[in-house]
Amino acid sequence: MKLTKLAVIAVAATMVAGPVLAQLVFPSLSYRTGPFGANGSEVADGFADYMTLLNERDGGIGGVMTVVNECETGYSTEKGVECYEATKGSGALIYQPLSTGMAYQLIPRVTADGIPMLTTGYGRTSVANGDVFKQVFNFPVNYWNGASIAVNYMLAENDGDLSGKTIALLYHNSAYGKEPIPTLEALAEIHGFDLTLLPIDSPGQEQKSQWLQIRRERPDYALLWGWGIMNQVAIQEAANVRFPMENFMGIWWSGSENDVIPAGMAADGYKALTFHAMGTDFPMFDDLQTYVVDAGLAAGSGDNVGTVLYNRGMYGAMLAAEAVKVAQEMHGVAQIDAAMMRDGLENLVISDESMAAIGLQGFGPNFNVSCKNHGGPGLGAVAEWDATAQEWSLITGFVPSDMDVIQPLIEADSAAYAAENNIESQCS
Amino acid sequence: MFYREAGDFKKTYVEDSQTFPLKLDRYGFYLLMAVAFGVIPFFINDYWANAILIPFLVWSIAALGLNILGGYCGQISLGSGGFMAVGAYTAYKLMTSFPDLNMFVIVLLSGGVTAMVGLIFGLPSLRIKGFYLAVATLAAQFFLVWMFNKFGWFYNYSASGQITAPAREVFGFEVTGATASAAAKYLFCLVLVVGLAWLARNLTRGRIGRSWMAVRDMDIAAEIIGVNPFKTKLLAFAVSSFFIGVSGSLFFSVYLGAIEVGEAFGIQKSFLLLFMIIIGGLGTIFGSFIGAAFLVLMPVLLKNIMVNQLSFPIDIAAHMEFVLIGLFIMVTLILEPRGIAQLWRFAKAKLRLWPFPH
Repeated sequence: MKLTKLAVIAVAATMVAGPVLAQLVFPSLSYRTGPFGANGSEVADGFADYMTLLNERDGGIGGVMTVVNECETGYSTEKGVECYEATKGSGALIYQPLSTGMAYQLIPRVTADGIPMLTTGYGRTSVANGDVFKQVFNFPVNYWNGASIAVNYMLAENDGDLSGKTIALLYHNSAYGKEPIPTLEALAEIHGFDLTLLPIDSPGQEQKSQWLQIRRERPDYALLWGWGIMNQVAIQEAANVRFPMENFMGIWWSGSENDVIPAGMAADGYKALTFHAMGTDFPMFDDLQTYVVDAGLAAGSGDNVGTVLYNRGMYGAMLAAEAVKVAQEMHGVAQIDAAMMRDGLENLVISDESMAAIGLQGFGPNFNVSCKNHGGPGLGAVAEWDATAQEWSLITGFVPSDMDVIQPLIEADSAAYAAENNIESQCS
Repeated sequence: MFYREAGDFKKTYVEDSQTFPLKLDRYGFYLLMAVAFGVIPFFINDYWANAILIPFLVWSIAALGLNILGGYCGQISLGSGGFMAVGAYTAYKLMTSFPDLNMFVIVLLSGGVTAMVGLIFGLPSLRIKGFYLAVATLAAQFFLVWMFNKFGWFYNYSASGQITAPAREVFGFEVTGATASAAAKYLFCLVLVVGLAWLARNLTRGRIGRSWMAVRDMDIAAEIIGVNPFKTKLLAFAVSSFFIGVSGSLFFSVYLGAIEVGEAFGIQKSFLLLFMIIIGGLGTIFGSFIGAAFLVLMPVLLKNIMVNQLSFPIDIAAHMEFVLIGLFIMVTLILEPRGIAQLWRFAKAKLRLWPFPH
């Protein structure tokens, strides 16, 4: 196991040395160390394992083998820059940095270098406007959709009326945590609820004062926009002040096993948003077991298969692989380059048939990408943690968000970016 | 034997007081400058610029600044991260408000604004000393970061609080933004580093530098011999903050291009900078560069050796990197508590006597 792993990495390392032909290179800017390492490892494992599965089972994509070029960032933007510069010359097809800060960092760089970037469920929300952000995609869902889906869920629980209710937003005091605020403020105005903003400084181990405030003010709902250690602490603190778990909801980055297990039974009923299904009850996972896990080729320690974040990493790899297929078909070559990959992403269609073909029917929402819309339809679901069974389950289908509110916000934010950087319309 | 004054005659006062009195040193310096300005720009690529040379140059300026305050004037400061943030946000506001302004002007103005802020936070140094001052400057660190996070005006009310550097030019060459060439960015930083190092060197060996050192060595004695502690300490704070502000504005505009204040300028940056000057050598110009190189370039070097040459798994390599750097720091400081610059000075003295031991 160890030797094979070393061999795989040795191969990956030689890939860095120079551009090699007949390979599809997917750099993975991962973080297996630092305060977010527990979460980062699961996502990176899922991403690498799916690519390994394609190599082992299908002989790559369209006959060309895939290579995952992993580079450790420790969630630090400076190391992220180093990793980006080190990997971009290796024939990189697409970047998925898994960090909102890094995504901001890379938006101008990938645009200049002509390499696409996919920030599924994170990053700068307004990249959904493909008219401004040519190289960057964030389908199928973004933070603003997430905020709206959460509010819609609360509306449904209260017969469509939230007036006079209070929603507290506990957020990571960074670009990531601040993203949903404009949307929530707009929604607060429409639906008449009060929004309380409670910033928590990174990494978020210290939240006593915020929870004291919640204990004093007793908001009706609490939303959590955290990552890594901050989630565990928040859920534990919520249990400590006896905040009703069923009224506590996290964004998709605040809803993994790592976050709820430390709080034990107290976390029962905690909710989180998601844009893909939980668990391993799909035909694809049988192949994954046979070709990757049983063969000893799994990334990392190999024990993360089926966790929420593993599935997310795998879903990201799946979207990239599907885009490669589209690009290969469009351009009629198997060895595509970054520019062709961008076309593939822009013409990606995820439907029941395509998901069934890869053994993941119903795993994620169906959507189409277009030149103007790089964000997909913004469908998400709500999941609930069952502490007895130790599993997440979806309690809604993939439901739409309030695009009437979100679209103008996307237009305004991307227009501001376009003006600041003199970007002309990309889709005409 | 190799390295001596013999035969190197000084005929004027100017020659006698030059920075590098030894011929070998002088030629070495000229060679370094020739390579830095004449060779590297033609061979530099994006990786070397963005991952290695630009961070090194930017951190060198900051280390020079903190060395003026901490090494020469003896005032411990933990507010450097906050001062870098002032430089970065001033640069951002100037870049977005005056798109046609030359980047040199923007960077120097950012330094100027930071110097003002540094003056204000330097005031407590008149009454408190040593560790107590360090705690007082810690307030600057937390207050400034909080302020840039709290008020939307500083980040032009963007949704996420991130600031992104637009493309700006110096004499027609883009030096910020993603489309700027590696050589242009590198040369822009290099010119500032050379200029500021020249300034620092000449400040510290003249009257001002001597008054700083007098205050550092014994402030009461300094006051008795006629050094005004009020002016001296505040000047050190202002000059040091100017350097750190310039470095912060380059860190944001040229190096990273997009930052968010909590992650980029947190307390860990203040500590990093303090470690740089302690490891490099307090009170030396050379030490500032060595310290910056040690803490900025060493991790990249170790990573490349372990991951690319020895094929370690990346997470093991990342952990090993912490262990090794910690080990290097301990070994260096045990062998030479006055920093790597002292080792260098020691080596020069030995070379001068070689082959005779005394």
